[in-house]
Amino acid sequence: MLQKLRENQNIQGLILILPTLLFMVGLLIIPLILTTVVSFGRRSADGGVIYTFTLDNYARLFGYSTTCTNGAASCFDPLYVDITVRSFWLALETTVLVILLAYPLAYFIARSTPKRRTTFLFMVLVPLWTNFVIRVYAWMMILRTQGVLNGLLGAFAGLFHIPFTPFDMLYTPGAVLVGMVYEFLPFMILPIYTSLEKIDNSLYEAAADLGANPLRTIFRVTLPLSMPGVVAGTILVFIPVMGTFIVSDILGGQKVMLVGNLIQRQFLDARDPTFGSAASLILMVMTLIVTYFYTRKFGFGEEIIAV
Amino acid sequence: MNPYRRSLFVKVMTFLVYFFLYAPIIVLITYSFNASRTNIVFAGFITQFGPLQMSGTTVVQSPCGPFHWFCELAKNREVMNAARNTLTIAFTSTISATVIGTMAALALQRYNFRLKAFSELSLYIPIVIPEIVMGIGILTLFSQLFTFFNNVLNLTGSARLGMGLATVIVSHITFSIPFVTMVVRARLQGFDKSFEEAAMDLGANELVTFWRVTLPMLMPGVLSGALMAFTLSLDDFVITFFTNGPGSTTLPIYVFGLLRKIITPQVNALSTVWILVVFTVVLALQWLQGRESRSQKAWK
Amino acid sequence: MPDFAVELRDVVKTFPTPEGGYVNAVDHVDMQIKNGEFFSLLGSSGCGKTTTLRMIAGFEWPTSGEVYIGDQGQGRKPPFQRPVNTVFQSYALFQHMTVFQNVAFGLEMEKTSNEEIKSRVGKVLEMVKLNGMERRSPRQLSGGQQQRVALARALVKLPTVLLLDEPLGALDLKLRKEMQLELKSLQREVGITFIFVTHDQEEALTMSDRIAVMSLGKVMQFGAPVEIYERPNCKFVADFIGETNFLEGVVQSSGDGTVRVQVPRVNSTLTGVARQEYKVGDPVVLSIRPEKIRLVETPQLNQNCFEVIVRNAAYIGSDTRLEVDLNGVKLKVWEQNHISTLDPRAYHQGTQTAWVSIMPENILVLPGE
Repeated sequence: MLQKLRENQNIQGLILILPTLLFMVGLLIIPLILTTVVSFGRRSADGGVIYTFTLDNYARLFGYSTTCTNGAASCFDPLYVDITVRSFWLALETTVLVILLAYPLAYFIARSTPKRRTTFLFMVLVPLWTNFVIRVYAWMMILRTQGVLNGLLGAFAGLFHIPFTPFDMLYTPGAVLVGMVYEFLPFMILPIYTSLEKIDNSLYEAAADLGANPLRTIFRVTLPLSMPGVVAGTILVFIPVMGTFIVSDILGGQKVMLVGNLIQRQFLDARDPTFGSAASLILMVMTLIVTYFYTRKFGFGEEIIAV
Repeated sequence: MNPYRRSLFVKVMTFLVYFFLYAPIIVLITYSFNASRTNIVFAGFITQFGPLQMSGTTVVQSPCGPFHWFCELAKNREVMNAARNTLTIAFTSTISATVIGTMAALALQRYNFRLKAFSELSLYIPIVIPEIVMGIGILTLFSQLFTFFNNVLNLTGSARLGMGLATVIVSHITFSIPFVTMVVRARLQGFDKSFEEAAMDLGANELVTFWRVTLPMLMPGVLSGALMAFTLSLDDFVITFFTNGPGSTTLPIYVFGLLRKIITPQVNALSTVWILVVFTVVLALQWLQGRESRSQKAWK
Repeated sequence: MPDFAVELRDVVKTFPTPEGGYVNAVDHVDMQIKNGEFFSLLGSSGCGKTTTLRMIAGFEWPTSGEVYIGDQGQGRKPPFQRPVNTVFQSYALFQHMTVFQNVAFGLEMEKTSNEEIKSRVGKVLEMVKLNGMERRSPRQLSGGQQQRVALARALVKLPTVLLLDEPLGALDLKLRKEMQLELKSLQREVGITFIFVTHDQEEALTMSDRIAVMSLGKVMQFGAPVEIYERPNCKFVADFIGETNFLEGVVQSSGDGTVRVQVPRVNSTLTGVARQEYKVGDPVVLSIRPEKIRLVETPQLNQNCFEVIVRNAAYIGSDTRLEVDLNGVKLKVWEQNHISTLDPRAYHQGTQTAWVSIMPENILVLPGE
């Protein structure tokens, strides 16, 4: 018995992977299949699911509406398409801004003396240790009309005797963008740093030796070599931004509706899990497509575990 | 050429980004000493002990002085319950995910077996799908299962199955496993098999070899995997949001609930405590690791 | 007491190749290793020597055939059930344990009492001159010291056979020579059978009682160092061990242990010795060691004496290494510089006519291809 087990690699491997498979299948794959099934169902009167096969939820998501202002039987309602497009754009804007902010910092750390690198990296991680929700709350305190930022601006204006009316910054799309950038910035810094740190100094010397000026070196050597880090960072930023609903909920008030908010409301307030499931499947497909094309072009590096 | 040369632009940007990262933290901490109940504007630090005129009209007893809000926090049973839940979930899910993830890393790195490609693929799913998709998937699964069993078994009252600590914990285990696996696998990749062969050669069977040689040598990887799982669990909001139930509120869920009401500086006090605790823990770990690597360097 | 410490009977080990095929890493090997012997497996990388050792240790199981330790067939026994111990090429010292804990590990597995562990570990550490180092971490030791810990860790178990997989490979040359002699005397002291894997022929010759020269999974020759060097049984062994000159020829006549061989390339006939019978007309290869060729001023009344032109002479201290031209064929000739003088003319110079003389017993007639 023992000897048989000892000689059977297949069974040893299966025993070791079994618990993982239980969790991955039971709490990831089956739920995803269930979500798919539910998304083709219909909402029951008490907010439950009636299992049938209907494309109604998807039709609604793509703008098919039966409650039209002009009295027609059906018309195009851009509500949900708008929400999806807005989420996509916000995720894109966030990712680009985060890359622009993260890159110089990551470069700075990677080009520090090895001893200081640890300290600088540590300083990137500290803000992450507060809670996600608490970080959003901090921005709420900063951005609100009587908040910190307006207070500072007012004091500053006061010094020069300029009349100052506080800005309404909270509950705007801008506030949501700032919140998103803040939440996900560290997830870009770490992978970029990891790939930059791997670049051997002799490469910079070779570039300089071959006559490249510093700017050309950055564009021809540093950037291409750090691409795996940027890709990993993008995946770590873009996907969560697409699905987050807290930042928009708290910093956007009710005004900025994203796919995440839409899904959340279907499950908790509107009580239409079938429509919510359809929306979340669309969300998943969108992120998978982006990830697929993005990683196919640039590869899926080990930088992703840098965080 | 100086390898550490950085342009002025990079230095200025670095300073600004660090400022951006820390400004909210400083605001959070400062406001936890706010002498205002509503916490909308900063009314100055609390400076005296005893009766205290808060902005607005209320007079409160403040035996803790500047730490008034910290004392209030300690008296808040909801917060204390949420903190206990958070830690219970974090510890249980970390330990389970670390054990399971380490096993998976060993399987994937050391063995060839059927379902290997499938297993590797499934471990990527939590990384490439948004959390909310996973959250509502698990919510749907459990709510359907619970409805089914409650009906079939005719469960009533407190016997009815529902969302709670258990559902949160298994969900946290699920999203932590892939990260533990990745970290441990990375460590296993540089692992020379001759150490295990040596142990077996000296008379240790497979299990003893694992406990006495493989695991201790793998420990740094296992520990950083565990630390990662712990952080992920502590920080998680989305999945907990969909899988928690009455009595399993965690701190993030509790704070989120407060954000729509009037928030007292208690929340800031909570944040300050949180940062301090995590900071201390991580610093201690860093110090331990540093000591380890210093003793490693000694002979070089 | 069984006849052999280790015996391999028709052992084959097959590995899959990356291209999807199969290769016999060890190809029908029979081997008998006597009790108390210092036995070396010698060959270049990929010859199957390490796989052979690993099959004796139990890290690999034979595809077919059987490994015997003592008179016990080992079958598919795992390493921890075999009475042999291994010293690894990388030492494989447990980094998370002290020197003492490393050496004690094997005894702990045998559930030896604490006092006995203490005394045995102390004794073996003294034997390898590491007393006082018990509490150090392996990381704090030099390469040579780590090597000794690995040795002590295996020896403390008092195995019937000690397996050594290129244990000196990572040491620098000087330390290596020292360790060779030390290992050899240690082996005499403990009386345990050593099976030593190496690709270094000098190492094998220095230390071994007997050597098996391996190539492509097969054993080419078993023999004592002198035999392997002086009487190789094939062209491969003659070429692999030391340096030699090869001349291809055809048997002209044979008898009385000597063979006359016609060598067309030098247009003459040489007389040598053979280990086997040859018929007239058999293709053969002559192997002549460079140090066995004597360079003389005048022709000798000898069967194997030829006029040559000295093309090149390199003075390397103990020897002068020459390249001579025998009817258009280049031969390596090593002359020992046994005269003590500072006069450069005393040593052979380039481009001059001379005679070479080779004793028939120094010309080995080996089977041709």
